[in-house]
Amino acid sequence: MARKLLLELADIPQIQNIDTYISHGGYRSLEKALKKMTPDEITEEVKKSGLRGRGGAGFSTGLKWSFLDKSTDKPRYLLCNADESEPGTFKDRYLMEKLPHLLIEGMILSSYALGSNTSYIYIRGEYMFVLRKLEKAIQEAYSKGFLGKNILNSGFDLDLYVHPGAGAYICGEETALIESLEGKRGNPRIKPPFPAVSGLWGCPTIVNNVESIAAVVPIINDGGDEYAKIGLGKSTGTKLISASGNIQKPGVYEIDMGITVEEFIYSDEYCGGMKDGLELKACVPGGSSVPILPRHLLFRESNGDSRRMTYESLSEGGFTSGSMLGSGGFIVYDEKQCIVRNTWNFARFYHHESCGQCSPCREGTGWMERILHNIENGRGTEDDIQLLWQVQKNIEGNTICPLGDAAAWPVAAAIRHFRHEFEYHVKYPERVFDADHTYQPEIQQTYSLTT
Amino acid sequence: MTNLQELSISTEAAENVRRIISQYPADKKKSALLPVLHIVQNETEGWLTINTMDNVAKLLEITPIEVYEVATFYSMYHIEPVGKHVIEVCQTGPCMICGSEKLVHYLEKKLGILVGQTTPDGMFTLKTVECLGACGYAPMFQIGETYYENLTEEKVDQILDSLLSATSSNI
Ligand SMILES: Cc1cc2nc3c(=O)[nH]c(=O)nc-3n(C[C@H](O)[C@H](O)[C@H](O)COP(=O)(O)O)c2cc1C
Ligand code: SF4
Ligand code: FES
Repeated sequence: MARKLLLELADIPQIQNIDTYISHGGYRSLEKALKKMTPDEITEEVKKSGLRGRGGAGFSTGLKWSFLDKSTDKPRYLLCNADESEPGTFKDRYLMEKLPHLLIEGMILSSYALGSNTSYIYIRGEYMFVLRKLEKAIQEAYSKGFLGKNILNSGFDLDLYVHPGAGAYICGEETALIESLEGKRGNPRIKPPFPAVSGLWGCPTIVNNVESIAAVVPIINDGGDEYAKIGLGKSTGTKLISASGNIQKPGVYEIDMGITVEEFIYSDEYCGGMKDGLELKACVPGGSSVPILPRHLLFRESNGDSRRMTYESLSEGGFTSGSMLGSGGFIVYDEKQCIVRNTWNFARFYHHESCGQCSPCREGTGWMERILHNIENGRGTEDDIQLLWQVQKNIEGNTICPLGDAAAWPVAAAIRHFRHEFEYHVKYPERVFDADHTYQPEIQQTYSLTT
Repeated sequence: MTNLQELSISTEAAENVRRIISQYPADKKKSALLPVLHIVQNETEGWLTINTMDNVAKLLEITPIEVYEVATFYSMYHIEPVGKHVIEVCQTGPCMICGSEKLVHYLEKKLGILVGQTTPDGMFTLKTVECLGACGYAPMFQIGETYYENLTEEKVDQILDSLLSATSSNI
């Protein structure tokens, strides 16, 4: 049984009530941190823990905090990124619904470390029901003196607010999030300046994912060194994985980093294997933005070792044969799923969500959607596959924010690993289209017979 | 805040608007725009008229265009009339491979409308939306603030029936 640092208390009845949470040891980190530790000592523990940002990029949290510009007398801000819109990702919602006080406790510790006296949780607008739970929990924390002026007589003041978005994936990108919090369209900013120097209202700002901030609580309670003992190499600690697709038990799981991908999919403790007795065909291990992997690359690294659930192991082989841990949005496909259809679906998503500022992204995502739609519906040509490859290549690296890359990578990986399916669509247009738009399982088989 | 009256919203909503504005520095009122639009839209039959948006602009001391560009950028704001209940079906990858297309077809047939349309009685608008963060509980849709997950045709029937009967008993 894996240990749980974040979700340990998740299934305790009424744990959303502050008294229940406190009676199970909740908020005990505050006494220690606010009274016995300096802000820099907290940052030091977070550095020691090796915690890497859980929002997708995996950048060292402690290092990021140390970039915060403390030389000005402007206020500093901590923003929690609860936008969670990456397809396949629903772990932050789970954490906030189950343990709203864990996030608040983490926000207090982190705000203290960074010297933020006003912090915001930016939550996607569709999660209004979660926002209400958070606001209730925040009220409770105020009434206990954990928020507000002079928290626990430490001299530290903190106001904490929840700010809803309104339906835009791009607002998860940290500078778009800041724009959105300022009441504007979510157009990412050109960096530099980085938010740590000039962020919300031009002030030094740190943006961190929900899970990253929650992880600060066990790090302070047990010490950074203890946290770093869990995991493998530079992937320390535990990670929340949200598993979806054609598996027996979709849901959110806290894993020790380092378990094998195979164990995660087939063990009863986690996904419980494939549904309906079907075979696994492919997996997108870190949210829709990361490369899709076919079965034969999913379980093994290029040297034959087992592939593991860590940042390093999932990306081993680069984009030739690897993927990324990303946000932990783990999507599993069975043998009946059509890769072209899925790729078209994701391309449509990115086209819809592009903010439209840079032409490679705005136009390129539209081109990819249209070409893929044609191929999927039996109207594509061999040249279209080539064109698609070219379009994704022209987007990658040529845009203001990483949404462009996020749109290009899944298309590139699908062509790289499943070119035969694209060609099949082009060769046998009459077979790939039925009235219900569902996938014909014989496609794969027939193709292999004809090559 | 006299401008609040022009918004003609309930006292409770006005109280909420006031509370929200107080969450940002006094010279950064514009930051309250997204949350305020949510509250106002809830009070104005689920969509925003030009007049409403102009009043929000006055309230937050910004220009009308600053409100329009936000209202048109974000998918949760409606600038045209919508049905009493907006059914928002997630159509993104993980939901698609677990049956969201069938769900959409079922709803289209059952309601007698296509995606993007509203039933003639004004009860339901059918929309498709992108990933709602419920991928493990697919297929699913959202109506108002509520998520309905792991949907089957029977469940859909029950949900729509209960929404209909709740409305008729209100009249
Ligand atoms: C298009 C796009 C969408 C993103 N969406 C999210 C998101 O929903 N949640 C999140 O935490 N980070 C998201 N990120 C990453 C953030 O920009 C940022 O790196 C992250 O919030 C930093 O927090 P962390 O260091 O704790 O991971 C997104 C990035 C991009 C480019
Ligand atoms: S890459 Fe796309 S989403 Fe990002 S700033 Fe450019 S147009 Fe907007
Ligand atoms: S894909 Fe439907 S909720 Fe995520």
